[in-house]
Amino acid sequence: MQEQDIKIEFKDMNFWYSERQILMDINMKIYPKKITALIGPSGCGKSTLLRCINRMNDLISISKVGGKIIYDDKDIYEKDVDVIDLRKKIGMVFQKPNPFPMSIFDNVAYGLRIQNMTDKNKINQIVKESLEKADLWEEVKDRLNISAFRLSGGQQQRLCIARALAINPDVILLDEPCSALDPLATAKIESLLKKLKDERTIIIVTHNMHQAKRISDYTCYLLNGKVIEYSGTAEMFDNPKNKLTKDYINGEFG
Amino acid sequence: MQNYRKQNEGIIEIFFLSVSVIALLILVSIFLFLFITGIKAFTQISLSDFFLGTVWNPTAYGEPTWGILSLIIGTLMVAIGSLIIAIPLGLASAIYLSEIARPEIREIVKPAIEMIAGIPSVVLGLIGLLLLSPLIANIFGLSSGLNALTACIIVAIMVLPTIISISEDVLTSLPKDFREASLALGATKWQMIRMTLLPAGLSGIVAAIMLGLGRAVGETMAVLMVAGNSIAMPTSFFDPIRPMTANIAIEINEVVKGSLHYESLFAIGLVLFVMTFAVNLISDIIIERQVRKYKW
Amino acid sequence: MVNENARQSIYFVLFRVAAFFSVIILLFVLLYVVKEGISVINIKFLTSMWSHRDITQGGIFPAIVGTVLLAIGVSIISIPLGICTAIYLNEYAKENLLTRTIKLAIRNLAGVPSIIYGIFGMAFFVLFLNLGGSLIAASLTLGCMTLPWIITASEEALKSVPYSFREGSYALGATKWETVRKNVLPHSFSGMMTGSILGISRAMGETAPIIMVGATFFMGYLPTSPFDKFMALPYHLYILATQHSSPSASEYAMGTALVLIALIFMLNLGIFILRYNLRKRKEW
Repeated sequence: MQEQDIKIEFKDMNFWYSERQILMDINMKIYPKKITALIGPSGCGKSTLLRCINRMNDLISISKVGGKIIYDDKDIYEKDVDVIDLRKKIGMVFQKPNPFPMSIFDNVAYGLRIQNMTDKNKINQIVKESLEKADLWEEVKDRLNISAFRLSGGQQQRLCIARALAINPDVILLDEPCSALDPLATAKIESLLKKLKDERTIIIVTHNMHQAKRISDYTCYLLNGKVIEYSGTAEMFDNPKNKLTKDYINGEFG
Repeated sequence: MQNYRKQNEGIIEIFFLSVSVIALLILVSIFLFLFITGIKAFTQISLSDFFLGTVWNPTAYGEPTWGILSLIIGTLMVAIGSLIIAIPLGLASAIYLSEIARPEIREIVKPAIEMIAGIPSVVLGLIGLLLLSPLIANIFGLSSGLNALTACIIVAIMVLPTIISISEDVLTSLPKDFREASLALGATKWQMIRMTLLPAGLSGIVAAIMLGLGRAVGETMAVLMVAGNSIAMPTSFFDPIRPMTANIAIEINEVVKGSLHYESLFAIGLVLFVMTFAVNLISDIIIERQVRKYKW
Repeated sequence: MVNENARQSIYFVLFRVAAFFSVIILLFVLLYVVKEGISVINIKFLTSMWSHRDITQGGIFPAIVGTVLLAIGVSIISIPLGICTAIYLNEYAKENLLTRTIKLAIRNLAGVPSIIYGIFGMAFFVLFLNLGGSLIAASLTLGCMTLPWIITASEEALKSVPYSFREGSYALGATKWETVRKNVLPHSFSGMMTGSILGISRAMGETAPIIMVGATFFMGYLPTSPFDKFMALPYHLYILATQHSSPSASEYAMGTALVLIALIFMLNLGIFILRYNLRKRKEW
């Protein structure tokens, strides 16, 4: 692996739900403007790991974190970190599309409005750009005022991506974004992710190894809360170093 | 053997159905009795005299007048005044309970508030009479604290648990998805509440308020004891008023059964029934729509 | 950023204050009634008959008896009716106009003003059915008022029984009534009871419906038949507070209020403890 800038680094990170330990001694570097995939069997902790990055796990009262996650030269779990601000720089798209009960336009503009942006022209412009980047603009440009619920599942998910993009986050986390979608919708999202990485860092959790192979630059294989192997995607799938990794990959392919 | 069982089942179902219809029959009977007796009043009192007349003086020598406008205004003053107090207080409490309070605190505060609903209205009226009304008289330099303001405060206390309970239920029933999505975009909790939850739960909250309105319109004992019972047209909230409910309660024991006065009281009852029925119906429709919206 | 966080802090403090204010109201009411009424409470007050000429010589025993008898009367009338209606609506009723109308009627009955129940009770039970102002007329009147509460509480209890219980029963070839009787009622009965008793406790505090159907301020004897008039705590306290000329009237009103609240509170506490114990025993 080449030496390059590091976007996010996990240092001896551990995570518990109350007494149960979910993540153990995570040490990993995420590189900027690349797509990193987190793969592994159900329950291995990959979603939990993802949600630690933007501290969404804080919402669960029994969660406990040990170790550090360093972003922008700072451990995000330090006491004086502004979580609200953190989440504006690290955005998230969820497994099940969760648009707000509002119009398409209002959904995308939401993030801007909570930052008290009032310039209507600027908002319009950013909404348009975000929808374009999410590959949705052409399909909705004439009906921005309809309820977001009238879109199909795949369109709703792209809307959620547009919504996340509108506030221009540095990093985007995606938690199995295509698991509720059909292959065509999935393909659309995969291709737009590949375009997005030019401007930002993407971390995606997926249970679909083919997807990881298709779109990611780096892959991390997790099992029972531990990082088993982490390397460039091509390298991992063609020549896995760890037997456990080999077993998992072959189990799928074989 | 099979047939016997089936027959049995049929009888049992019919039994339960008949019992259930009783509830419907009661409502219809209430309406019928109010209507049959009350409508007779209108054979002798014109509608405009009744609803627009400002003087209610059924026992006057010679020319009794039957205008219930001041009574209606009394009811409306209590309804609106109590809501002005109870809505902000109630909504704020509901938001606190649903979104902010720690579970342990919620376990104590929520039942405590629901217990207020268990305090008999006559006891709250008593406290209004003995404690609140002299206090109000003192603070505002009035000769008597038995007025619309005192009534509004007491009724607000009675309506508060309804508004809080239902609004809190509405908020907690909103799906987790909205909250997560909002927070993941870097919203503060208050922004999430203000810009996502409240708009989404608005109809449910409106329904809660309407139910509270219904209670305020129908409240009898508390207003009987603290509202002052003057039939003169009020000019401010410091004036004594007599809402429709209090009027019926005061006069019903003194009227001759079957007289025009008696019938006119039933007519007032009819008006009250229609008002509360309408308010409850509207809030029903709103709640149904809210439930349907989120059942995906 | 500081702006939004600051705004949130201010609002959240306000909301917290609002919620606790509501609790304080409750505490205040309870404490005030205790403070003002306790001086009057003694054995004589609780067990003697009412003395009309000098109220300091008498007691509210007949009012307590009246309220308890009324509670029993209302229970007999409305609990069986309410539970059966809830069983029908939750287990048997199909989605049709009749069902919707019944449900609508129940919801609206709950919103009818108490004084309307009063004049209805007077017009129907007292006059039309010629029962006269009596315990039975009052029980019927209050029973109508309590019915919707009991139906709602019972429905909740029935709904809390998981559908899988019923499914299992049907899968074994049981009829609907057998299923309800053997699989649903045993598990929901306690819930229905506690909900109903809560409804009765609310009925005990109602005044307006009983004013014109048989409640009196002074009776020299205890009611011996359902057709007798009766004294009742809420009505007694109302008259003491508003129409009595004795200088100790307000004190005695407070004492009466205290007894009423204590009765209701004890009933609620009993239910609370019962519910807690039953919940611990639930297997699902």
